[in-house]
Amino acid sequence: MFGKLSLDAIPFHDPIVMSVAVVIAIGGAAVVAGVTYFRQWGYLWREWITSIDHKKIGIMYFLVAIVMLIRGFSDAIMMRSQQAIAAGGAEGYLPPHHYDQIFTAHGVIMIFFVAMPMVIGLMNLVVPLQIGARDVAFPFMNNLSFWLFAAGVILVNVSLVVGEFAMTGWLAYAPLSGIEYSPGVGVDYWIWALQISGIGTTLTGINFFVTILKMRTKGMTMFRMPIFTWTALCANVLIIASFPILTATIAMLTLDRYLGMHFFTNDMGGNMMMYVNLIWAWGHPEVYILILPAFGVFSEVIATFTKKRLFGYKTMVWATVGITVLSFIVWLHHFFTMGAGANVNAFFGITTMIIAIPTGVKIFNWLFTMYRGRIQFTSPVLWTIGFVITFTLGGMTGVMLAVPGANFVLHNSLFVIAHFHNVIIGGVVFGMLAGLTYWFPKAFGFKLDETWGKRSFWFWQIGFYFAFVPLYILSFDGAVRRMQSYEQTEWQPLMFVALFGAVLILFGILCLIMQLFVSVRDRHKNRDLTGDPWDGRTLEWAAHSPPAFYNFAHLPEVHSIDPFWEKKQQPGGYKRELSTHYEDIHMPRNTTEGPILSLFSLIFGFAMVWHIWWLVAVGIIGMFVTFMFRIFNDDTDYYVPAAEVERIEREYHEKLGMQA
Amino acid sequence: MWLVVPLLLLSGCDAALIDPAGQVGQGLRSLIFTAFALMMIVVIPVIIMTILFAWRYRQTNLAAKYTPNWEHSTIIEVFVWFIPLVIIVFLAIITWQTSHQYDPHNPNSVTENPEEVMEIQAVSLDWKWLFIYPDLNIATVNEVAFPVDQPVRFQVTSGTVMNSFMIPTLGSQIYAMAGMDNDVYLESDREGVFRGRSTNYSGRGFSQMLFDARVTSEQEFQQWVQQVRQSPDTLTYPQEYEALAEPTVAHPVEYFSQIAPHLYQDILNRFRGGPSDGNHGNHGREQNHSSDQAHAMSAQAAE
Repeated sequence: MFGKLSLDAIPFHDPIVMSVAVVIAIGGAAVVAGVTYFRQWGYLWREWITSIDHKKIGIMYFLVAIVMLIRGFSDAIMMRSQQAIAAGGAEGYLPPHHYDQIFTAHGVIMIFFVAMPMVIGLMNLVVPLQIGARDVAFPFMNNLSFWLFAAGVILVNVSLVVGEFAMTGWLAYAPLSGIEYSPGVGVDYWIWALQISGIGTTLTGINFFVTILKMRTKGMTMFRMPIFTWTALCANVLIIASFPILTATIAMLTLDRYLGMHFFTNDMGGNMMMYVNLIWAWGHPEVYILILPAFGVFSEVIATFTKKRLFGYKTMVWATVGITVLSFIVWLHHFFTMGAGANVNAFFGITTMIIAIPTGVKIFNWLFTMYRGRIQFTSPVLWTIGFVITFTLGGMTGVMLAVPGANFVLHNSLFVIAHFHNVIIGGVVFGMLAGLTYWFPKAFGFKLDETWGKRSFWFWQIGFYFAFVPLYILSFDGAVRRMQSYEQTEWQPLMFVALFGAVLILFGILCLIMQLFVSVRDRHKNRDLTGDPWDGRTLEWAAHSPPAFYNFAHLPEVHSIDPFWEKKQQPGGYKRELSTHYEDIHMPRNTTEGPILSLFSLIFGFAMVWHIWWLVAVGIIGMFVTFMFRIFNDDTDYYVPAAEVERIEREYHEKLGMQA
Repeated sequence: MWLVVPLLLLSGCDAALIDPAGQVGQGLRSLIFTAFALMMIVVIPVIIMTILFAWRYRQTNLAAKYTPNWEHSTIIEVFVWFIPLVIIVFLAIITWQTSHQYDPHNPNSVTENPEEVMEIQAVSLDWKWLFIYPDLNIATVNEVAFPVDQPVRFQVTSGTVMNSFMIPTLGSQIYAMAGMDNDVYLESDREGVFRGRSTNYSGRGFSQMLFDARVTSEQEFQQWVQQVRQSPDTLTYPQEYEALAEPTVAHPVEYFSQIAPHLYQDILNRFRGGPSDGNHGNHGREQNHSSDQAHAMSAQAAE
């Protein structure tokens, strides 16, 4: 009846897991009780869960990302404390069974369920506003993408309490992830969490690609698009081109595990090298999907807060496009030590280094944007400056790893760990937190607290160096990744330093949460209704804060790269005024099919993990029927009457007048 | 710059990669230092410029020049493309040369005379290393010995999931993969006991998948061989091999005075049979056929 699922699947004997489960249960119950008590279910359903508003979807992505950041960071600090203890024969407090799940979960969560939703959330919030659109090209699909992603998040978290997670490392290399060596359900959770959320990501990629190409407002040629939109476009091209590889690879692994096939097994003609190639053919573009939008954020932030045009806009664009193309011909640098031979290794080593050229150019362009500017040291600028220095060092260690000879001794060592945290924390995380601070007032109509934001920055920045420089050093003595314990007691002091760094980062995260709390509490004090709190340059700052659900009452017309800035520079300046004439606005309707279809996908995924075949059928039929409902649903759009638009605009201007 | 200080500190101590033994390790160390130095040509100016620009053009410094509409300078653009380009061209040349020179499959990375190379076969098992001396007809577990200044070719495969064979003090690592015949040439110019390990995560016993590489004088090596030969244990195929291949964690050092004649090839062929009766030990008639196939499938052929 319940397949492989029984009460034994719940680790009652494990105090760590059980206490986490209890906390989640209490927290969940409190949220449910609160929503019920305040009678907010209807509001949640109408305004958020079924919403197709790109801004709300963006906010939900970011919210989930921050919750998962806490989960992923808990894994991190558990690993760091385990390694600080488990030296010279000591076992520490995490046995391999637990430790191996933790480092796998940490990687999976941080990449798929923290970094990705931050990037996609920011794209959702910002891109349609920047290009002067009223929504994305496929609003229903956008809602569906989010909920498919959420289904993946739920599956990963269910694995904490029901059953186990993969013990394979975040990319689940075959044949270790095959049924012979990983007979448990951990890898199945990994498979279905990534498969379901991955399809959501592919849909997002298509959605934003079309949105950016087809829905730009009048006059916005490609070379007038804001840089963030350009980087988002390139990231979405990468999603479209690379995520299907992930889907296909995981599908083949699924066939191996469920139907006894032999794509990646040791024997019967299986080839594990093919798995490693395929997973990195997706995996390398993936890191550029994360970093390119972060580059975009820094470009916007630095131009705004230096009160100066971005230096070398065209160069920036071509550098971004160059990185996009190059990111597809470097994947082999993740396994130089597989033995491919000198010509192959040298080729991929050199293609990898070539990426350093456009990236270096970008760094210089940010520096020359600062040059002869008037830099305001807001927290987004601190994140940007921290990024330039940290990312340059991370890029340097990346190029060192790209030299096959150096890689022969550094591969699989803590050097690799230090390198990619160097670029992902210093690049993606800093970028997303800069973006959060920068666009938060646009989304909510009030600014984030600067004091706590700056504290968060300093803790993250200093914590990063304390946490990862020791790993660089240890790698030179042969310390490898994924060690549950080690015999060299001389490594222990540096492991303690690394733990200290992780604790500093913990304070950085606490400051971030404190920043959100304080800002919401003091929202009246930090209120900004002008829509333009930073003296911005691009179209999103021309919209209200928070924008009306239709974004723009009149679609703007664009004549330059910094249209809003230009407008403000005109003699007499720019003043928000009510228009004399409004028109009906064509808008999409909310959808119930998105969340329901995703709920069935969650049921399907869970049932697949546990081999509950009747429930699998329920999931498939449920998804299909919901999809049919959507297809035959003709009532998917409507017109907002001109009078209603006028009422909303008037109300906003009255508030604006009151604030002034 | 954050990295320079610790690296300098390390150069005084005996970290494996900073104080390597043998040509490969030493060559790769200088390669790492060269790459590092080349990168510093860009990294140091960037860090200085960042701090300098940030300070000089702070909002409150009204004395500094302010050019809000300045967005392009051909000279600067040429420089910012050209400098990284030149460095990368240099690095690319070095990369091409060293990728060939230190190619793990290249015997010339350790010797000019490939004839004098000693053959040792390393097999990763759950979670231990089996070392086979095909010419001496002996085998060991979790300990490998060879004479100082003796170039060694390690043939590497796996009897289980992917691992990576590495003795950090000596240099390059290479993946151990089931059914794949990989190899790496290493050599030590110094006597000593160096810790080796799997660097590629392979399951719950991975952290203790360690072995000792004993680099000794020729005479001591011969004594060691005698010691192995005196062991009462043998390693037949498939029975005793399969017993050894059962998963164990922190397996003790073992010596085998007698081994099956084609042990390494047998282990490779376990995974090369294609559809059979599922009995991996079956390698009668099929063996010749599969060893042709084996050649085609060797990791080197992936080139």
